[in-house]
Amino acid sequence: MALLLKVLIMKRKLIEDAVLVKNYIDGDESALSVLINRHKQKIYSFIYSKVFDRDITEDVFQDTFIKVIRTLKRGKYNEEGKFLPWVMRIAHNLVIDHFRRNSRMPKFDNAGEFSIFSVLSDSALNAEKMIIKDQVESDVRRIIEELPEDQKQVLVMRMYQDMSFKEISERTGVSINTALGRMRYALINLRKVIEHHNIVLTN
Amino acid sequence: MAKIYSNCNPKNIQLNPKKETVDFLLNYSKALRVNCYKNMKFEALLN
Repeated sequence: MALLLKVLIMKRKLIEDAVLVKNYIDGDESALSVLINRHKQKIYSFIYSKVFDRDITEDVFQDTFIKVIRTLKRGKYNEEGKFLPWVMRIAHNLVIDHFRRNSRMPKFDNAGEFSIFSVLSDSALNAEKMIIKDQVESDVRRIIEELPEDQKQVLVMRMYQDMSFKEISERTGVSINTALGRMRYALINLRKVIEHHNIVLTN
Repeated sequence: MAKIYSNCNPKNIQLNPKKETVDFLLNYSKALRVNCYKNMKFEALLN
C-alpha cells in the first residue's frame, strides 16, 4: 500500500505544472495540493528572503495563493509563461505592497536595539507628580489673582472657560482686538511676576 | 585581503509554510466557487 502511494506520488511529480493547473481549473482539487507542495518551499523562502519575518512571510504566502486560487478559478490564468514564475511575480508584488503599507505606517516590533517603551511612557502621574501638579496649578491661580481685573477676566474666560475671543468680546463688551490685547498683556504680566519671584512652574 | 563588514546573508534558507497555512489554502480552494452569469463572475465562499 505504501509502495503504491509512493509510486503514485512519483507519478504525480512527473506531471507538469501546466497539466496540474489545467486539472485544477477543471475541478481537480488535489492538483492544487500537489502544486503547493511542489513549490511552497521556493516561494516561502523567496518571501522570507525579502521580509525576514516568519509571520509576515506566512501572511504574504497565504495571500499569494489566495490570489492564485481566485485567478485560476475565475479562468483568468493564461499559460503564457510557467506557473512558478507567475506565482513568484504575485508574491513579489505582494511583498512590495507590504513594504508600501509599512512605510506609510511604520511598525515597531521591539525586537531590535530600539525599544518603543523608551519613547512611550505611562502618561498617568504618580502620587508625587500629582501633588506637584496641584501645587503648580494653585500657584498659577494665585498669580492670576494679582493681575489687573480686565486682563484677569479675559485670561480666565479664555483659558479656564475655553471661550473664543469672539465670545469674550461679546460678553465683556469690548472689541476682539481689545480682548486679544488684554490677553497678551495678561501673559506678559504673568511672565514678569514668575521671573521676578523665581517661581518654578514645571513638573 | 579586504575585510567585509556587511552581514553575511544566511545561505540556502530552506523554509516551509506552516501546515495550517497550507491546509487553509486547500480548504479555501475547496470552498470557493465562481459562478458565471452572462459576462459577470461571482465568487461564493461555501463553508
